[in-house]
Amino acid sequence: MSVVTELDRPTKIAAPLLWAIGVAKTYRTPDHIGRLVLEGVDFSLREGEIVAILGKSGSGKSTFLRILAGLIAPSQGRVEYRGGPVTGPVRGVAMVFQSFALFPWLTVLGNVELGLEAQGISAAERRRRAVDAIDLIGLDGFENAYPKELSGGMRQRVGFARALVVNPDILLLDEPFSALDVLTAETLRNDLLDLWSESRIPTKGILMVSHNIEEAVEMANRILIFGSDPGRINAEIPVSLPQPRDRDSAGFRQIVDQVYTLLTTVPGRDGRRGAKPEPIGLGHRLPDAAVQQLTGLIDSLTDPPFNGHADLPHLADEENLAVDELFPLIEALQLLGFAHVSGGDIDLTAAGRRYADADMLSRKQIFAEAVMKHVPLLAHIRRVLDERPGHRAPAARFLRELEDHLSEEEAERVLDTVINWGRHAEIFSYDSDDEVLSLENF
Amino acid sequence: MEQRWGLPLIAWPSRLRPNAWDLVALPLVLGLLALVAWGGWAMGARYHIGEVLPISLDPWRLPEYSLRTVLRMAAALVASLVFSLVYAALAAKSRQAEKILIPVLDVLQSVPILGFLSITVTGFIALFPGRLLGVECAAIFAIFTSQAWNMTFSLYQSLRTVPVELIEAARMYHLSAWGRFWRLEVPHAVPALVWNMMMSVSGGWFFVVASEAITVSGQSILLPGIGSYIATAIEQRDLGAIGYAVGVMLVVILLYDQLLFRPLLAWSRKFRGDPGPDEDSVRPWFLIVLQRARLFDLVQIGVLALNRATDRGIALLSRSWPEQDRARPLPPAFERLFDAALLVLAAAAVAWGIVFIRASVAPAEIGWVVLLGLITAIRVLILIALASLIWVPIGVWIGLRPRFADRAQPVVQFLAAFPANLFFPAAVVLILHFGLNPEIWLSPLMILGTQWYILFNVIGGTTALPAELKLAASNLGVRRWLWWRRLILPAIFPAYVTGAVTASGGSWNASIVSEVVQWGDTTLRATGIGAYIAQYTAEGDPARITLGIGVLCVYVLALNRLLWRRLYELAAERLRLD
Repeated sequence: MSVVTELDRPTKIAAPLLWAIGVAKTYRTPDHIGRLVLEGVDFSLREGEIVAILGKSGSGKSTFLRILAGLIAPSQGRVEYRGGPVTGPVRGVAMVFQSFALFPWLTVLGNVELGLEAQGISAAERRRRAVDAIDLIGLDGFENAYPKELSGGMRQRVGFARALVVNPDILLLDEPFSALDVLTAETLRNDLLDLWSESRIPTKGILMVSHNIEEAVEMANRILIFGSDPGRINAEIPVSLPQPRDRDSAGFRQIVDQVYTLLTTVPGRDGRRGAKPEPIGLGHRLPDAAVQQLTGLIDSLTDPPFNGHADLPHLADEENLAVDELFPLIEALQLLGFAHVSGGDIDLTAAGRRYADADMLSRKQIFAEAVMKHVPLLAHIRRVLDERPGHRAPAARFLRELEDHLSEEEAERVLDTVINWGRHAEIFSYDSDDEVLSLENF
Repeated sequence: MEQRWGLPLIAWPSRLRPNAWDLVALPLVLGLLALVAWGGWAMGARYHIGEVLPISLDPWRLPEYSLRTVLRMAAALVASLVFSLVYAALAAKSRQAEKILIPVLDVLQSVPILGFLSITVTGFIALFPGRLLGVECAAIFAIFTSQAWNMTFSLYQSLRTVPVELIEAARMYHLSAWGRFWRLEVPHAVPALVWNMMMSVSGGWFFVVASEAITVSGQSILLPGIGSYIATAIEQRDLGAIGYAVGVMLVVILLYDQLLFRPLLAWSRKFRGDPGPDEDSVRPWFLIVLQRARLFDLVQIGVLALNRATDRGIALLSRSWPEQDRARPLPPAFERLFDAALLVLAAAAVAWGIVFIRASVAPAEIGWVVLLGLITAIRVLILIALASLIWVPIGVWIGLRPRFADRAQPVVQFLAAFPANLFFPAAVVLILHFGLNPEIWLSPLMILGTQWYILFNVIGGTTALPAELKLAASNLGVRRWLWWRRLILPAIFPAYVTGAVTASGGSWNASIVSEVVQWGDTTLRATGIGAYIAQYTAEGDPARITLGIGVLCVYVLALNRLLWRRLYELAAERLRLD
């Protein structure tokens, strides 16, 4: 295969293919309080570009992709495709889904033909184009198979064939490789990059949401880092390495490091990027981190080869954790004062080391002190339970408080996390049958 | 279709040339068409109220009678299907419609089926004056009411649970609303719908027998059919004739099962996303005939072409309409207004009902009817408990032996489908012979036909129990009572609750026919709300029928809310095995 650099593809500075101007999205909660998930996002996808969006969960990146696709209407701002407004799904924009979204009752051919059928294209033409797309994506021989007969990788190939068969200008990819195993994902990614760089598909621009940093650095010309609460573009990193990219090259590693750094730093209030997290409020979106996992991570950080200090990409690799699994843990360690993150590196703090060295009972003690000090929600729950005569309170009471700040789903998740922490630290006990928090058995 | 397939035979694509399977399929299909045509003609016959349709007990008339019954059943099934599609689609697509339609459906579900018959028959007869069709329609409507509600519920639930990403894919690839309904939403609903159809038809057989003998303004009309045959046999105390009817019913249900439901079930597996456990079970023979015979390729192509034409037509029509998702939420003020209007309407309906009943019924009698309801409720609950005591151990025993369970499933399904009311006369003969107390011994009739749901679900629940749990239990030395308490009972609980709910609902419905049972001129009567409704239905007293049905509905709804739904939630939250 010839080495194709990005210079081989003309990147004209023309009108953008897809253009988002000041896009914001507010979801209305049941009690009609607006909850902002996206704020003031400006973005343009130009011809010849692959753009990747990275961000923590809850950064609204998936919502943003759906707004660009015309599946969700923005609350503010607008989206334009080739100069025309996007008010619903437009022809020329195709999407590939994380869960493949294949119709189980249609064969591979039926699924691929679906979009053409909806366009009213004749049966013969449809068949010809679908078979071509199926061949292109390497599925020949499976035309009459049903999706359930195929492996995950093959299913996603159908997903790509279905998208490519309509000859889209723009491909929107919603974490298309994240449901696949590592090797399958790698193969499919390379096949897509080959099709793209050899111009065998008419697609002029690709926008991909991902949570895999290496994947983004490997594919994209540009990486957008989304921040959360509310979601917005925090940083933009151009990637000008030639294709195909070597994951072990110094340039590649450097960009990966840079992305890690950007993803783990919280922009300070004055716009400066400070590494020190500010004190959090009652309705803070606590990271999804169970105590067992936190303890495991602290233990690995203490042991060689890290000895209390680690490069995040290295840590993710060593612990075999995807970034969306690693980040919540790191955020929690920072929050509890057990670790300190800067420049894509993580260091255990004194408290963290003390926790690592302690025995099981003292660990509980240290953990309890940390959460009472750093998590206002936990302190609040304990205070309420102390004040109540029966020392009991339904979980729903705190859920309602959280729902003032978070979506219903997020509120439940945060409460689950806090209950996990509180139970472990023996700050309260929880009866999951009655969904009641109490100070019983102490 | 005409221009395309009107070509000479030789020019047909090879897949459409007849083959040997057509030799089987063609006579079957032609025979079916002829029978339907004849049945339809017979339904439209002239008829005047007061005319007596002679029902002969000659067993040779039974095939004809059963055909008439089967056609009624089929017509009701088609009507239920159409109704479900329209009603469920409306409820799933419009928030405003949903607010009315779903509670209404909930109530309709608990109205005793024979209650509909007494209320609606006069209207249907007025629709087709001088024709038998009116009475036929009333009977079909009664069967329809025994089938439509749970099919509609199943469809509505499926429509609301289409995976979000599939909907997004459909929108991204520009399927029209019509296309989305037929290509995505309905296929998604097919497996649950087919299953519920099967259950509905099982219930339908029970009521087809009961609904053929219709009473209008004090006169009873016997529509030609198995039900009327049995009614006549009961009147003439002819046990032999009842034996014939039972035999024919067996054959008819077997045919329905083999020709309709086995193929349908096998076909519906295609619509499931993930291969189910019984994926590799044997394909039903009739489905093989259908799929191999070229004749059906032709039919299929015809259907597809028709579908495509409609698709295109609708697409042309809908191109001008903006694509609408689930209706956008209206301003809160408007929504509150809508809710208030609904409440006022409901209150008005209740008030009218009370006035209507109070006009001819004294308060003391209302109290009495409430008490009657309580008696029937106690009967239902005791019977469910008794049936559980018997069938749970047996079901577990069968479920733990997979080879046995495979063979038992269709048998139990068949037993559930068999109209238990065919055996009522035998019960009466026994009660009379031994001089038993009808208050007690009539009760088991209520659950005769519905107990099978408990057995069926317990077998299913036990088979689904992971082998590892059983191994772990025996490894820990968990045995006897502890084994039941800690392993089996919690494991089968969700399945058991589903079965018990179905059995309970069916028993309430059956109370109307089983609390009063006749044999010739002997009538056995048990005290209960079913007997009350049956009595005033025979006498034609609308106020008391409304009262009885209203009270019964309240009981069924209350029992559902207070008992079954809680058990359901408990099962769903804590005892799920995944």
